[in-house]
Amino acid sequence: MNAANDIRIRYALQRDNFTLDVDLELPLRGITGVFGPSGAGKTSLLRCIAGLENPASGKLVVAGDTWQDSSSGAWRAVHERDVGYVFQEPRLFAHLNVRGNIEYGTRRRQHDGAADVDHVIAMLGLEQLLGRKPDELSGGEAQRVAIARALLCAPRFVLMDEPLASLDQARKDEILPFLDRLHAEAEVPIVYVSHNIDEICRLCDHLLVMDAGRVVADGSLQSVLVQMDIPALGGQQAGSVIQGNVRDYDEGDDLTHLQFSGGELWVPGKAKIDGSPLRLRIRANDVSLCRARPLQSTILNIVPAVVEEIQPDRGPSTLVRLVLGQDRIVARVTRRSIRELKLKTGDAIFAQIKSVAVKPSNS
Amino acid sequence: MSVDTLFSPLWLSVQLAGVTTVLLMIIATPVAWWLAQTSSRWKPFVQATVALPIVLPPTVIGFYLLIVLGPAGAIGSWWVEMTGSALTFSFTGLVIASCLYSLPFAVQPLVVAFESLGRPNLEAAWTLGANRMDAFFSVALPLSMRGYLGAVVLSFAHTLGEFGVVLMVGGNIPGETRVISIAIYDQVESLNYSAAHQLSALLLVVAFIALFAMFFINRRWQQR
Repeated sequence: MNAANDIRIRYALQRDNFTLDVDLELPLRGITGVFGPSGAGKTSLLRCIAGLENPASGKLVVAGDTWQDSSSGAWRAVHERDVGYVFQEPRLFAHLNVRGNIEYGTRRRQHDGAADVDHVIAMLGLEQLLGRKPDELSGGEAQRVAIARALLCAPRFVLMDEPLASLDQARKDEILPFLDRLHAEAEVPIVYVSHNIDEICRLCDHLLVMDAGRVVADGSLQSVLVQMDIPALGGQQAGSVIQGNVRDYDEGDDLTHLQFSGGELWVPGKAKIDGSPLRLRIRANDVSLCRARPLQSTILNIVPAVVEEIQPDRGPSTLVRLVLGQDRIVARVTRRSIRELKLKTGDAIFAQIKSVAVKPSNS
Repeated sequence: MSVDTLFSPLWLSVQLAGVTTVLLMIIATPVAWWLAQTSSRWKPFVQATVALPIVLPPTVIGFYLLIVLGPAGAIGSWWVEMTGSALTFSFTGLVIASCLYSLPFAVQPLVVAFESLGRPNLEAAWTLGANRMDAFFSVALPLSMRGYLGAVVLSFAHTLGEFGVVLMVGGNIPGETRVISIAIYDQVESLNYSAAHQLSALLLVVAFIALFAMFFINRRWQQR
């Protein structure tokens, strides 16, 4: 990685019953997901990066600029770190209206680019809310204002700490499309903390998995998801992400026909056809394996695959990584099935994919 | 009873309470901010010191102040050297005494306001580019306005009703230290009940208006 284009982080933080011990590099582009169970140290990591915590030992270099270094005593205060922060709660200032909250940051930080205030306000759908006070906003609206406020304080990158965790599903569904748009425009790099794997799979390009204060995996979203040896990504969370291109749409059956490196897939509904690849999420629980191609099955998507690795999972389950063309997906099947089918690495089989989630494309 | 003998003590009391309140807001703000933020082991010590005037009889405070502020006292002798006049039995001396006497009534509402404001709002301000001082004035202060309202009214009203400390430190000099509470006492002592009635009624009305204004404004702010 080019030093001018990443964040280098080394922290050792010791609290009563919690340790943060990380040494990593994050890319300064796209959205980097930080995933892990609660208590894994995700929030502590973000707070350290923002300068809200001061670990006894640590070094942080952002695009070549040293923000802190405990060995030399270098320290940039929070307000001098050009980083936006979206907290779990909106934390809007109650005495200012929406416009005042947004301008709080823009007035204090030098803007280098064009005035993109109007653009971000439009992107997050805030035009009608500018004159309102925070207590006149719904939870979802308030969090959108908080996101706009963080984006517009001219940050080098934005830290988002579970921005959707305090919202119910309806409010989440209201905000996710805005985050999708943010992802598609990819103007400012984002570090996105979540314990929800669906959000991560939908939004992120790069994935960092933490557990008990340590980094247990780090890489592109696709590659980390199919590692299979990460407990935090096992069980119900297991799954994979691939890319596919729309070929056509069957209006009669309301199905979209997709092409990916390992074959063809049908997904429900009409996906937008604009030539750009779609992100497809396949849960490991939705994939089953057959020795021979099933002749009569209600499952539409049956593709040839090769077993690459078999890894025990929790309880009676086993995770199987499959190669389909250039792509890899994970299946979650029982230990007994593995034994009865005598599955082993290198076997050519068929994968039945019961359901594929398509990331809504609105870019 | 002339209008002057009626209103001169009231005006003096209002002046004293006004000056004291302004000074107290300046003094109490950093004290309350520190108390709301700190985890220092000195906190209980400062808390106890600030709260002392609530517990001690005004005569005890007045007595110690008389000694310290008197021409032979530590501060009093320095003051005489600097200005040529004594602090005791002067308006300035009364202001100093009142600040001490009413300090807890200014500090306590501010501590409550600053504590309820909490760190989250400040952290948000810092991440948006505000330094500590900026964040205090642009976020903490405006969000603590109700605390300030309470602190202003309580300090003002408490100083207005001050008696024991004034008597000890200021005495009874018309136009200089004869505030309304002293004037009432004076009239009662000389069995001049009708004048005492008028002064008392006046103080009652002023105190009521001050408190009513606070609760009224507080309610308006709450509804906003």
